[in-house]
Amino acid sequence: MAASLQSAVFLSNRIDPHRRLFASPARSLPGTKGSILVVRSDGRISGRLSGRNLITNAVATKADTPTSSTDSKPGHELLLFEALREGLEEEMDRDPRVCVMGEDVGHYGGSYKVTKGLAPKYGDLRVLDTPIAENSFTGMGIGAAMTGLRPVIEGMNMGFLLLAYNQISNNCGMLHYTSGGQFKIPVVIRGPGGVGRQLGAEHSQRLESYFQSIPGLQMVACSTPYNAKGLMKAAIRSDNPVVLFEHVLLYNLKERIPDEEYVLCLEEAEMVRPGEHVTILTYSRMRYHVMQAAKTLVNKGYDPEVIDIRSLKPFDLYTIGNSVKKTHRVLIVEECMRTGGIGSSLRAAIIDNFWDYLDAPIMCLSSQDVPTPYAGTLEEWTVVQPAQIVAAVEQLCQ
Amino acid sequence: MAASAVVRRLSSAPLRDHRLLRPFSSTGSESTITVETSVPFTGHKINPPSRSVETTPVELLSFFRDMSLMRRMEIAADSLYKSKLIRGFCHLYDGQESIAIGLEAAITKKDAIITAYRDHCICLGRGGTLVESFAELMGRRAGCSKGKGGSMHFYKKESGFFGGHGIVGAQVPLGCGLAFAQKYLKEGTVSFALYGDGAANQGQLFEALNISALWDLPAILVCENNHYGMGTAEWRSSKSPAYYKRGDYVPGLKVDGMDVLAVKQASKFAKEYALKNGPIILEMDTYRYHGHSMSDPGSTYRTRDEISGVRQERDPIERIRKLLLSHEIATVSDLKDIEKEVRREVEEAIAQAKENLMPDPSELFTNVYVKGFGVESFGADRKEVKAILP
Repeated sequence: MAASLQSAVFLSNRIDPHRRLFASPARSLPGTKGSILVVRSDGRISGRLSGRNLITNAVATKADTPTSSTDSKPGHELLLFEALREGLEEEMDRDPRVCVMGEDVGHYGGSYKVTKGLAPKYGDLRVLDTPIAENSFTGMGIGAAMTGLRPVIEGMNMGFLLLAYNQISNNCGMLHYTSGGQFKIPVVIRGPGGVGRQLGAEHSQRLESYFQSIPGLQMVACSTPYNAKGLMKAAIRSDNPVVLFEHVLLYNLKERIPDEEYVLCLEEAEMVRPGEHVTILTYSRMRYHVMQAAKTLVNKGYDPEVIDIRSLKPFDLYTIGNSVKKTHRVLIVEECMRTGGIGSSLRAAIIDNFWDYLDAPIMCLSSQDVPTPYAGTLEEWTVVQPAQIVAAVEQLCQ
Repeated sequence: MAASAVVRRLSSAPLRDHRLLRPFSSTGSESTITVETSVPFTGHKINPPSRSVETTPVELLSFFRDMSLMRRMEIAADSLYKSKLIRGFCHLYDGQESIAIGLEAAITKKDAIITAYRDHCICLGRGGTLVESFAELMGRRAGCSKGKGGSMHFYKKESGFFGGHGIVGAQVPLGCGLAFAQKYLKEGTVSFALYGDGAANQGQLFEALNISALWDLPAILVCENNHYGMGTAEWRSSKSPAYYKRGDYVPGLKVDGMDVLAVKQASKFAKEYALKNGPIILEMDTYRYHGHSMSDPGSTYRTRDEISGVRQERDPIERIRKLLLSHEIATVSDLKDIEKEVRREVEEAIAQAKENLMPDPSELFTNVYVKGFGVESFGADRKEVKAILP
């Protein structure tokens, strides 16, 4: 089973390798020391390395890119799952209280190789292979967090964490409140979710919509190696429980990331492509479908502004609001289902706050409200495709 | 008589200090008494400890006083609930006090205890004050959880009391997680995860037990078997009511939970075992006089004769009273004085808690996150509350 999960096809097959994503800003955390590279939101670089050429673009490259041309550029190239591992490893080095628990994370190396090599390095007490008992090992992680440890709990597939829903909702999300602030739960719950390549209905679940109402929980979704590493580090350092949503199909994305240590802000959205005509809000895998559609839209003369919201709870209404005030039109493209999804909450938040700035109703493209079918053609039709995004923007901008 | 001097010292404890007395160490002036537990221990895959327990007069007196305090607190909570000062759910612990006291006598505050919703007395045993408990029950700001938890969510972090959980069985994986952290941080302490006979059928218990046994965690699972899971008797809910054997490969011990000295002996034994060998299950055979909660009369599924029979024959406070009288540590009037004083303490604590205010409205939004982000949103009229949206 795990082997078939690992052989998910490279996403790069679907995306034009020459298309570049625009600068992704990383605001610095307050109180960070000078040794961390800081990229300000207007592209300026500060810190000890100002003046060096920092590449902040995410490029999905094919495997046959000649390696010699990459030697001269700063930073190092890696795949998304390696970026996650790097972030995890750096945090485990930095704080001895960080431990990882999950199924097959230790000796097997992780079903998506995110934790490969960590068990030999840190030992069995810090990288824990659990039996198949999500309810109890999530509960155990939360209990350990109550005393001060910082566990990273992995669900082999996000869908399996439904078995631990009680622990995540009642204990993880609520204990800080019901104890009057006595206990904090600094756990990170992470795992791959989303619709993959014909994995079947039960292994293609998108739990962000189920978890979003749990009070006390923070949710982030990573989409590039750069933000995967930054968000992983930020999530581990956060004192709140954070659910980090990864996507099965994005693990093999390649990007060049800085050598220097960096931590991203958990509550911040990422400006992928500035524009003037319409704001497209998206996250995780749909970012790539949107960018593919953006290429078509640019050819047709539109100028879409693409924002990867990254923070699913709380929403970064500052970035989103500024964008809405500029473009007056909003399209939300998400992978979770229409009913009760992230898009519906985002729509409500935008309407509550920025109603006066909207020139058109907010459009929301989400997956169909169906269990994900196995057949490839049907599966394609459950998620939003670039053609639908292009049509939606054209309709919005009439 | 030395004992009356001791009793007088206890009675003149400062009125404001409503904490429980700690058993004094038995070295020095106090003589040791050896008492046999009511029934021998039964072991599952383990040699049970001896039936003879050593104790001192001071310790016995403190047991009596502390158990009377707990009993009085629960009865007071009963009348507060009936006068609608406590709302919602209120699960009372009277009859089971010996477990809380016996456990405390065997361990330190560095060890962790976690339990389900029948937690008022355990919190008191862990060092919670009467005022904190009553204030929390009445939803006041001086409560141990600032009034935001309620009866089922008492916590006391500094004394290792981790609550206070409403969902049946969910506290057991948490308790094994506490044990994991203790092993990880090499603290040399243990965790006691308390649960009931109803929760013993939860799957997550066996999952957590498997992991604890696999990783040799210092976790002690204590089943407070009061023979009824809300309205369902033990024999109607569990195919195998021998809860101490349910661990299979994990050893277990069956203890008479109404005998505080037996509980103390078993807990001490379990702590030594768990630190060396991993998890162990303790089954405490106990009984609750009240129903499951205040909305349950407690007599529809059991007879009043049964309740009064247990009260006559097995009541933990009576047992200690008989011990104290038979060993001539205290007289009947001494003990009556203690009970009167305890009653007075509880009434004063209730009066103090009643005067305490409800939490400030801004407390609705605090402690949702650490370093609270905006959780406030529009009120229905959109004029009063400003929006800081998530």
